[in-house]
Amino acid sequence: MNALPWAIYTSFAGALLVLVAGARSAALARGLALATAVTGLGLALWAAAGFVPGPGLQTLVDLPWVGSLGIRYHLAADGISLTLVVLTGIAATAGVLFSWNITERTGEFFAFYLTLIGGVYGVFLSADAFLFFVFYEIAIVPKYFLIANWGSTRREYGAMKLALYSFAGSALVLAGLLWTYAAGGAQGFALTELARAATILPHTEVVVIFALVFFGFATLAGLFPLHTWAPTGHVAAPTGASMLLAGVVMKLGAYGCLRVALPLFPVGFACWQPVLGWLAVAGIVYAGLIALVQDDFKFVIGYSSVSHMGFVMLGLAAANTQAVAGAVLQMFSHGVIAGLLFAVVGRMIYERTHTRQLGDLRRLPLHRLLPFAAVVFVLAGLASLGLPGFSGFPAELTILIGTWQASPRWALGAAVGVLVAAAFTLRVIQVAFFSRTEPADTAAPAEALPPITLPEKLGALLLLSATVLIGLKPDLLLDWILPALQSPLMQAVLKPGNL
Amino acid sequence: MNALYAELFRAIVPETVLVLSALLVLTFDLVLGRRRTLAERLNLAVLLGVAGVLSALALGLRVGPVGTVFGGSFLLDPLAVAVRAGVLVLVLLTLGVVTAAPQTRQPAEYVALILLATVGFLQMAAAQQLLLAFLSVELASLALYVLAGYDKTRPESAEAALKYFLVGAVSAAFLLFGFSLIYGLTGSIQFGKIAHTLGYQAMSPLLAVALVMVLVAFGFKAAAAPFHLWAPDAYQGAPTPSAALIASASKLAGFALFWRLLWSGLGPVAGQFTTQPGTPGWLAIVALLSAASMLLGNFAALAQSNVRRLLAYSAIAHAGALLLGLLSAGHSGPGPLFYYAATYGVATAGAFGVLAVMERHGRSQELSDLAGLYRRSPLLAGSLLIFVLSLAGIPPLAGFFGKFAVFAAALQMGGVASPAGWLALLAIALSAVALYYYLLILKQALVAAPAADAAPIVVPRLAALTLFVAAALIILLGLFPSALLDRL
Repeated sequence: MNALPWAIYTSFAGALLVLVAGARSAALARGLALATAVTGLGLALWAAAGFVPGPGLQTLVDLPWVGSLGIRYHLAADGISLTLVVLTGIAATAGVLFSWNITERTGEFFAFYLTLIGGVYGVFLSADAFLFFVFYEIAIVPKYFLIANWGSTRREYGAMKLALYSFAGSALVLAGLLWTYAAGGAQGFALTELARAATILPHTEVVVIFALVFFGFATLAGLFPLHTWAPTGHVAAPTGASMLLAGVVMKLGAYGCLRVALPLFPVGFACWQPVLGWLAVAGIVYAGLIALVQDDFKFVIGYSSVSHMGFVMLGLAAANTQAVAGAVLQMFSHGVIAGLLFAVVGRMIYERTHTRQLGDLRRLPLHRLLPFAAVVFVLAGLASLGLPGFSGFPAELTILIGTWQASPRWALGAAVGVLVAAAFTLRVIQVAFFSRTEPADTAAPAEALPPITLPEKLGALLLLSATVLIGLKPDLLLDWILPALQSPLMQAVLKPGNL
Repeated sequence: MNALYAELFRAIVPETVLVLSALLVLTFDLVLGRRRTLAERLNLAVLLGVAGVLSALALGLRVGPVGTVFGGSFLLDPLAVAVRAGVLVLVLLTLGVVTAAPQTRQPAEYVALILLATVGFLQMAAAQQLLLAFLSVELASLALYVLAGYDKTRPESAEAALKYFLVGAVSAAFLLFGFSLIYGLTGSIQFGKIAHTLGYQAMSPLLAVALVMVLVAFGFKAAAAPFHLWAPDAYQGAPTPSAALIASASKLAGFALFWRLLWSGLGPVAGQFTTQPGTPGWLAIVALLSAASMLLGNFAALAQSNVRRLLAYSAIAHAGALLLGLLSAGHSGPGPLFYYAATYGVATAGAFGVLAVMERHGRSQELSDLAGLYRRSPLLAGSLLIFVLSLAGIPPLAGFFGKFAVFAAALQMGGVASPAGWLALLAIALSAVALYYYLLILKQALVAAPAADAAPIVVPRLAALTLFVAAALIILLGLFPSALLDRL
């Protein structure tokens, strides 16, 4: 457990090493990047093995940092952070495997990539709001360069839009946190201290501050209507970066809402709760409907990410133990599944066929040309639409049950979203892979595509096994998550739900 | 009497060393420079200059904070010692890239002028009376005017110098007029005595005129809107190291002087506007200057295609944030303001340093001139990344912490409902705007493909070391802000 901070340090150190090594040899850079990502995953799993679930954050490191402002270098973890740290390890490792074909400026690519990962680990492990914010911003900047340099469709536009949205969101967060700190007379930026400072603020101020912090974070989580950066950004990004964006970076926003916005300002949350629930439902349905009519395969996945993140936000808005536990489970589940979907579309298909237009793909017998991709996509698609046996099912079910207790109308709206998700997922499976199903001997000989490489297979297996494992035994994560929700900070905002 | 002079000499040892080394630079060039090439003469001058600044730095730190000197003409408190050290470091960073910039015809004079300007900066950091304050500002400014116009081969350089000089001369007149009114009203030129007299003097129209005069002059010096018009032209036209000096060391020293003048001299007439009803004073004017600078700087920077003009407008925006730090310094102490000014200076000096090195191998004016820098010189691209991200306020770099500390101080001053609080929120909102134009620089340097004829850039050793030190300072001060912040 105490080795967990090293996941952060090794990622940053790995970024530097890869940058140096990349100047000599691309293969060396790749190997080092993989080693770094695997080390992070290993540390996460090792910590998970020795983890004793309990309420409240378990301190890992706590040192004074900026004495005059009461800022501390305080890293801590509970079941929620651990879940997301494990997710980050998995997504990072898979992302490196699916970036194996980056040949241009390889060292720099992985340096930005690992910097982002280090920032993400840091966010999930921070117990001091200032530190949280520092890591949060560290995770934002590399995204711009990953997309602008190595991306595809309208990459500079997508990268800039994403960077500005993220940064505007974090400016809102900073304004809210500083406001709380100054007006509440806080002695530092520890989450507990800020929560105490927030209690002495007048009601209207808390309502405004909550909106600043929550919507600031929710921008990155892709909450409707702040989500528009997400599809363009995901589509423009290179595969490894899309996997990270959808897999972990959007989770940063949701995690910020859960860890900072909700427990610090329960009064403000109570005031905004009805709006938030409907926004989440609107996002689920709206993004799903948009996904239904996309012609670009990657846009379908991009909008599906927004739709599935809507479930996370719905779980947070419902704010009872069950719904929030489901939301955390959904963060993990979506992180793994979205990574898988982007890997198939961006790497396995686009890099080989050089098209993502469903109209072009429908003319190719993809299920025969790339059987592995077809199988993986079908499995990931089924997991994504919530088939039992995959992680999406327990996650969305838990959220829906919890939401029903808070507001049956939200749950009904979200259930419509589940149907839409099934529709758009099945549509792309059918159109992209199974449009030409005439028997092999009668079909015109299709041009052969390069076979699926070993790194791709390994990455897909890693992600698939994660979703199946949690799908079969969600208790693995719920046993960590539920005790974490019993902490005083969380209890201030959660209503009891039975689970 | 002798003891008084002994004390004075002890206190101004750094200045003395700088003047001596300026003379030494000129003498060596005169004696040895006859048969040498320009490059050799420049290297010699820079080495002597660096040695002079380094010894001034060491001696200044060794003298330490000795308190008031020479009957209260100077004050060497810990802040003065720190600001002097900061100024000297910024001058070192500037000197380090002089050799890499395009050659001038009179290298020794160039270095000597930088050293003389530095003497002015050091005096600005310690001055405790109006006369000395004015003299130190003029000493620094006159040297800077010449430095701005030093490149006689380019008309833009002459334009920069002329514009800078005319505006600066007018502002000096305002400053002197304001000072004379203050002297007339209080009968003293000592900051402490002025504050004492003003303490039981009501706000009068004449005093208001004096305050406005002083603040107008200050606005010119700090390039705060609406007195900023000289800055874009000066930054664009001046030789790059001169622009670096104007943007970094000069700004730090200027804010030190005005912090002292406004808070320890004119503090009783600061007025207050955090609660209703407010009292009139200079705080309100500074707040207006701050808001105008942040708005104008950030929005005008969005439209720039010339990287130096862009940096100039970014400097105007930063001046707005510094003014916010200045007005909250009465409440929070000078720590956040000077942390901000010093780290901003390092980042700006570094960014201009990169441009200076590039200029030797082609143009470095338009944003598109930066295209493909990552391929032409990874060192330059990497250090530019750090400097620009620090200017944009991205953690963990020093620029972020400077902004954070200043905004926190401003919000603590009167809560969010006060003008200072509103200014802080405005500044936070504008930092998202600023990211756009900073990313435009980085997009060219790190994303765009190099032009077909762009050759690799060889970075001279001294310049490489300078940029490395500047980048390291930005990172280390960002990771360990207490090292500087708690000393101010």
